[in-house]
Amino acid sequence: MKPEQTLEEIPLAGLLEGVGAMRAKGGRMVQICATALPGQFELTYSFDFDGRLASLRVQLPASDPRVPSIASIYACAFLYENEMHDLFNIKVEGMALDFHGNLYNTTVKYAFGDTKAPAAKPQAAAVPSVA
Amino acid sequence: MARTIIPFGPQHPVLPEPIHLDLVVEDEKVIEARPSIGFVHRGLEKLVEKKDFLDFVYVAERICGICSFIHGQTYCQAVEAIMDIPVPPRANYLRTVWGELSRIHSHLLWLGLMADGMGFESLFMHSWRVRERVLNIIEATTGGRVIFGSCKIGGVRRDMDAGAVRDTLSELEIIERDTREITKVFIHDNSVKKRLGGVGVLSRQEALDFGCVGPVLRASGVAQDMRKLGYAAYQDLPVEPVTRTDGDSYARCAVRCDEIFQSITLIRQALDKLPPGEIAVKVTGNPKGEVIMRTEQPRGEVVYCVKANGARNLQRFRVRTPTFANLPAMLKLLQGCDLADVPVLVLTIDPCISCTER
Repeated sequence: MKPEQTLEEIPLAGLLEGVGAMRAKGGRMVQICATALPGQFELTYSFDFDGRLASLRVQLPASDPRVPSIASIYACAFLYENEMHDLFNIKVEGMALDFHGNLYNTTVKYAFGDTKAPAAKPQAAAVPSVA
Repeated sequence: MARTIIPFGPQHPVLPEPIHLDLVVEDEKVIEARPSIGFVHRGLEKLVEKKDFLDFVYVAERICGICSFIHGQTYCQAVEAIMDIPVPPRANYLRTVWGELSRIHSHLLWLGLMADGMGFESLFMHSWRVRERVLNIIEATTGGRVIFGSCKIGGVRRDMDAGAVRDTLSELEIIERDTREITKVFIHDNSVKKRLGGVGVLSRQEALDFGCVGPVLRASGVAQDMRKLGYAAYQDLPVEPVTRTDGDSYARCAVRCDEIFQSITLIRQALDKLPPGEIAVKVTGNPKGEVIMRTEQPRGEVVYCVKANGARNLQRFRVRTPTFANLPAMLKLLQGCDLADVPVLVLTIDPCISCTER
């Protein structure tokens, strides 16, 4: 069963306005998902409207990923934003509660932040024929 | 008055899971709670780039040791939605039965922990005694007690024959009877009422603002339950969310008590209507596309973001667990509380750090 959901791609400059509109319409904040893609990051902000899910998506360049905090609109966003920083090395500007990289104590710093294209899997060596 | 910082956790008797709180106190009042999580973050989401999407269900199940089945189910549902796989009705009903059994044993576990946190040892033991019966059903029908391994993309791995259905229904009678005795104490006992009543009040608006989910949200009067979305067999078995309006620890306890009986009713209905037929379909091809799948775990809404680009490995797998969503509310509840109420307030959101450290 495919759940009812919409996804709207918006420019980074329109993020706060878009999230503010979700809040004004009574949306409950559901999650923020960061994804590392080749050369960029993709952030998906999801909101619930009585079971219907609406998401906003922005793209960030991998070279200098910065995004404004939405904590002034949704206070509970601070955990998602710290997670984005600690796992993806995305700089979130104006966080309400900043753990300064100490929310997740991972052995590998920014473990999810690799935006290089995934390397091709090594092929298994051909088995020599025994003729 | 001088302020003192009391470290709470990461290993603490009230919650043997690694969450740490720096409690800033003035005399006996908590002024602020500063959390630290991430002591054992496992990075399971990253594993998706290395594992075959069919095998990854085993990893998803291991996100949590309590609601493991629903984690596996949610992952399967997400991939099935992307690949447009028609899951057989019997498999959907069996998923519902095992999902509700998970909810019952999770709530009984929580009731036991809460009784233990209150110092009500006999109530703790009775709660876990009943929970053992639920685990016995799960073991008899799936072969596992914690990790069932029963869900797979396209359906389920195990069926329930007529004998298993009969035994389950008969065992449910005993579980219902015993749970009624226990919940009578949780709801009516004066010491429980005094310990939980009026402690950690979260208004309806606060619960919404802090992004709460599950029993924490429903105890503040919001009738929200992801089962209403109609996944698995819930399209045929309507669920009316259990709510309370007081928003305190007692209300959250009462919601969980009532949800046990709701789950028992749902299992009976599902087994009564269990459709005949196949339990799985063959899966061919690779997933391409993305979906956000939400289900209702015992602790509340879980969110799975799954993105695939047509390869055997998924591109992104992200889990927003219910505990992650309820943590901001817990911090709010701790502000201004009495130091002695901290264990109750930490337990009241039913935190699962294992899920959160996925």
